[in-house]
Amino acid sequence: MDAQEIIARRVARELRPGNLVNLGIGIPTLVANYVSADLKVFFQSENGLIGTGPIPEQGLEHPLLTDAGGRPISALPGASTFDSAMSFGLIRGGHVDVTVLGGLQVDGQGRLANWMIPGKMVPGMGGAMDLVAGAKRVIVAMQHAAKGKSKIVVECNLPVTSARPVDLVVTDLAVIGFADGKATLLETAPGVSVGEIMAVTDAELVVRESVPEMKI
Amino acid sequence: MTPISLEEAVAMIPNGASIMVGGFMGVGTPARLLNEIVRQGKHELTIISNDAATPGTGVGKLFDAALVSRLIATHIGLNPSAQKQMLAKQITADLVPQGTFAERIRAGGCGLGGVLTPTGVGTLVAEGKRLVEVDGKSFLLEAALRAQFALVHAFLADYLGNLSYALTARNFNPVMAMAADTVIVTAEHIVPVGVIAPDHVMTPAPLVDYLVTNPSG
Repeated sequence: MDAQEIIARRVARELRPGNLVNLGIGIPTLVANYVSADLKVFFQSENGLIGTGPIPEQGLEHPLLTDAGGRPISALPGASTFDSAMSFGLIRGGHVDVTVLGGLQVDGQGRLANWMIPGKMVPGMGGAMDLVAGAKRVIVAMQHAAKGKSKIVVECNLPVTSARPVDLVVTDLAVIGFADGKATLLETAPGVSVGEIMAVTDAELVVRESVPEMKI
Repeated sequence: MTPISLEEAVAMIPNGASIMVGGFMGVGTPARLLNEIVRQGKHELTIISNDAATPGTGVGKLFDAALVSRLIATHIGLNPSAQKQMLAKQITADLVPQGTFAERIRAGGCGLGGVLTPTGVGTLVAEGKRLVEVDGKSFLLEAALRAQFALVHAFLADYLGNLSYALTARNFNPVMAMAADTVIVTAEHIVPVGVIAPDHVMTPAPLVDYLVTNPSG
């Protein structure tokens, strides 16, 4: 199983029946592949849809039915559409139960940076700042390290997305929570030791006596 | 509502105008009006649009032709040429969180001076903005946004100018249709009055100034 699949499978286990869920681009998008239809989760696409379904078969794409990246998607029976003010009212108003976002850095207090690298990559924040400010629960799905550098940092040196700390970070190595304002190791990925995680984590990590292995 | 040709509609727009453009990554965008702006070479435009689409599509064509001098948007990461123009300071770009963008426009169309939002508090977005406390929570004061023109794309328009939109092509069109001095609409289909039932009208006719009547072909 590759790193992205581990992350996506583990995040999928966080979703509860009836949740309204918004998935960001990248690894978060993959989460939908591991959510059983029985769970009756509603996926929102912030360009104006609740009830996002799978990518349509070739030839069945509808030019006016797309995801937030402009790619064709489908709408499940029971879907609803709305304008952008309503869509972000849902997001900011606390009606979205869970958002899953990618990340560049998360720091020891749970603050997320995921929208720009000054001077290099300035794409704009899109919906990320509203999602972190307003969703009931914010989960970051990202690789633990990039190019050998930890993405779980002491303090973000990239501009943060929100002052609000995220609730959970799921990486290919670990699940980290921030329940009392401190990064706490909650689970280890299958076959990964606490020591290996500590070695690629720059932030101070609270490690309890026994840390369970991720179920995926 | 006044019926108008594509050519005449765009001829009304002066160089240097501020223009809201509906659409999200080119979906639900008034593509024919944008093509005509390029053909007539309207320039030094201020464009207010969710994104810069991609080169060669939707609002992206205005960047291909270097007609934009100022951009207010939420995300331009999928248009490398718009990003390049921004980094080279050929265009001034004001990047706004998407929910704030929608609400600033909504406020502009609804007679409000602005909105108080928690989005952006404690980030770069808060720089230079007033922080307002309400019931112990901090909010940013974000000013209302209006434009001289709104270019709106509907799915159905009737002969009075009532509009309805389809699927994810609705996006920013309804809020923009309220927030500009002059609203110009293109539609996939122009239908007789009554075809859009009152409950299904999303933009009421009095908001629409001009409806482009060239066949959409």
